[in-house]
Amino acid sequence: MSKQLLKGNEAFAEAAIRAGCEGFFGYPITPSTEFLEYMAKRMPELGRAFVQAESEVAAINMVYGAACTGKRVMTASSSPGISLMMEGISYLAGTEVPAVIVNVMRGGPGLGNIAPAQGDYYQMVKGGGHGDYFPIVLAPASVQEAINIMGVAFDLADKYRAVVHMIVDGNMGQMMEPAELPPMRELPKKPPNWAVTGAKGRKPNFLSSIYIDPVEQEVTNLRLLKRWLEIEKNEVRFAESGLEDAEIAVVGFGTSGRVASSAIRTAREEGIKVGLLRPITLAPFPEKRLEEISKQVRRILVVEMNSGMMLDDVNRVVQGRVPVEFYGRMGGITPLPDEILDEIRRVATNRMPVNGDARQQWITRLEKIVGGQA
Amino acid sequence: MTTLHQINHQIVYQRPESLSDTNTHYCPGCTHGVAHRLVAEVLDEMGIREKTIGVAPVGCSVFAYKYFNMDFVEAAHGRAPAMATGVKRVLPQNTVYTYQGDGDLASIGMAEIMHVAARGENITVIFINNAIYGMTGGQMAPTTLPGMKTTSSPLGRDVELSGFPIRMSEMLATMDGAGYIARGSLHDAKHIRKAKKAIRIAFETQERGLGFSMVELLSSCPTNWKITPNEALDFIAEQMVPVFPLGEFKTNPELAKLRV
Amino acid sequence: MPVTGWIEVNDHYCKGCDICVAACPPNVIALNMERLTPKGYHPAHLVSEGCTGCGICAIVCPDAAITVYRETPQRTRQKITVQEIA
Repeated sequence: MSKQLLKGNEAFAEAAIRAGCEGFFGYPITPSTEFLEYMAKRMPELGRAFVQAESEVAAINMVYGAACTGKRVMTASSSPGISLMMEGISYLAGTEVPAVIVNVMRGGPGLGNIAPAQGDYYQMVKGGGHGDYFPIVLAPASVQEAINIMGVAFDLADKYRAVVHMIVDGNMGQMMEPAELPPMRELPKKPPNWAVTGAKGRKPNFLSSIYIDPVEQEVTNLRLLKRWLEIEKNEVRFAESGLEDAEIAVVGFGTSGRVASSAIRTAREEGIKVGLLRPITLAPFPEKRLEEISKQVRRILVVEMNSGMMLDDVNRVVQGRVPVEFYGRMGGITPLPDEILDEIRRVATNRMPVNGDARQQWITRLEKIVGGQA
Repeated sequence: MTTLHQINHQIVYQRPESLSDTNTHYCPGCTHGVAHRLVAEVLDEMGIREKTIGVAPVGCSVFAYKYFNMDFVEAAHGRAPAMATGVKRVLPQNTVYTYQGDGDLASIGMAEIMHVAARGENITVIFINNAIYGMTGGQMAPTTLPGMKTTSSPLGRDVELSGFPIRMSEMLATMDGAGYIARGSLHDAKHIRKAKKAIRIAFETQERGLGFSMVELLSSCPTNWKITPNEALDFIAEQMVPVFPLGEFKTNPELAKLRV
Repeated sequence: MPVTGWIEVNDHYCKGCDICVAACPPNVIALNMERLTPKGYHPAHLVSEGCTGCGICAIVCPDAAITVYRETPQRTRQKITVQEIA
């Protein structure tokens, strides 16, 4: 199949269908709405389930019900909608049923705005819903990568009976890029043995996240934890470039990682030895690779479209081996390649240890840009 | 020893196959158990147990999945109709029902129940209205009667402060997507028989693809009403029925052709 | 008595709620104060002749604890049949 010009949200939706998604339940919200609109047209054509729910709360619980039948099902939403879904996501995790949830992130908190942001990092990566559980979080950086990772998302969800978040920002959802879609996968002939399908000729199955006896709950928590450790061992994904001889490593995910990569190209032309680590799985985080890098480079620059959330994870892994600096834009502002290039130049010439907290110093620099209005 | 009884007898009434052999956690005299049994009998008689998937709520019937002998899922509080929608849409050939209490259905789950009816979702809802929150220990429900004492309306429900009971059946009957809406009561044998017929028609509605069906059942909560089981049945007849009139509120014309 | 019947109350389910006792038309059921079920309830039982096997106790029983037998076959449990009438 050849490349076509595809709009992000629509391409992700078609990729999900081709990965075998048999049920989509959603609620319109900018900037993810095209995902729902595409599904509204395409799913009925294929005889698959589509419901525009009355709310995100209902949508995620429809996903929950449909997931219990063992079919591949999903929803897509944007930040405030994902907040509403968090209860249901916790139930999905507690019941150990697979589901894929796409978050096309926008500026927040609160109503915020509809511009692209990465401020949901904590909510997505650290759980978001109540209780002990560990979602898998995938953060592609191009339409093509998101298409490819959609199939992976469903495979991981099934393999680990886990919630898989695919997070992109509004840029990715709205942009048009040449990309290639995978062929349509065949749907499985038989449901998994844990699914509810009607107890015909077998004992009833029941799926629930209730463990009224704390002992059973702890056993369940332990099972989830051990499964997560397996995921950490097996499923780390990242992209990197120019790190072989790098003295400076930039770490960024999704759009900020992508913008950083063009800044890095220019910096390289200027002779700065800089490379990029772009985590594709934010959870599990590419800790081992980052640790290796931290033993090789002289400085690390974290670039995000939030107030420095992944920065905390980077610091946790780097453990002060090298200075970690930060550059972020918030509120729905995407950093320009030149801004990041300036940061790379600054970091390259700065031979001093970071004097104090990287985030604190970034605030001072950011206030100059935004005019000190904060 | 062989008795005459064992030689020549007929079983008139026995536990239905669609109930599991687990004894319930319900308080003595709680009519949740009657509602469970009626649903089980109807599913047995229709021969659809093996294709039925139940959706349990949050509330006293949170453990419904243990008591029914069929596939079950357990919803978040109020979300059973949404969960049932998810199940039904990907398994349209299966029979799907929710079993919900008044707090679950008429308070936290109000949006889900209205919209599942509006969509005409082919599912059946068994709605237990006992005018109180049972599981959490007797707080005011959206269906608590005016003047009725609960732990969160200790002086009696004051309609000036906390409003009026909600009549779900009447409201849902206005939905074009609803095929069958009825309210029955579990306070005596005659009404229990009627309630069973309503449950049967509700499941027939689903099997015939005639849209959303719900049977509301006036049910007792002796523990939280703080009266005996038999007094609680009288309370239903004397206090609840006048506020929640019994009957069919919506019947798809197709169903009128059925002689039940 | 036109028909004779009898009931069996399953201790595993019965919670001694007294509803069948009050509902029994010939008044032949009582709670057995001599016995406790494994859960600690006084179970219902037949106390005298006169059960007609009408099944009302089983219909009102919240715990499906009662099996009803009848010697002369007449009516069975309320079985709902559905016929389409043209």
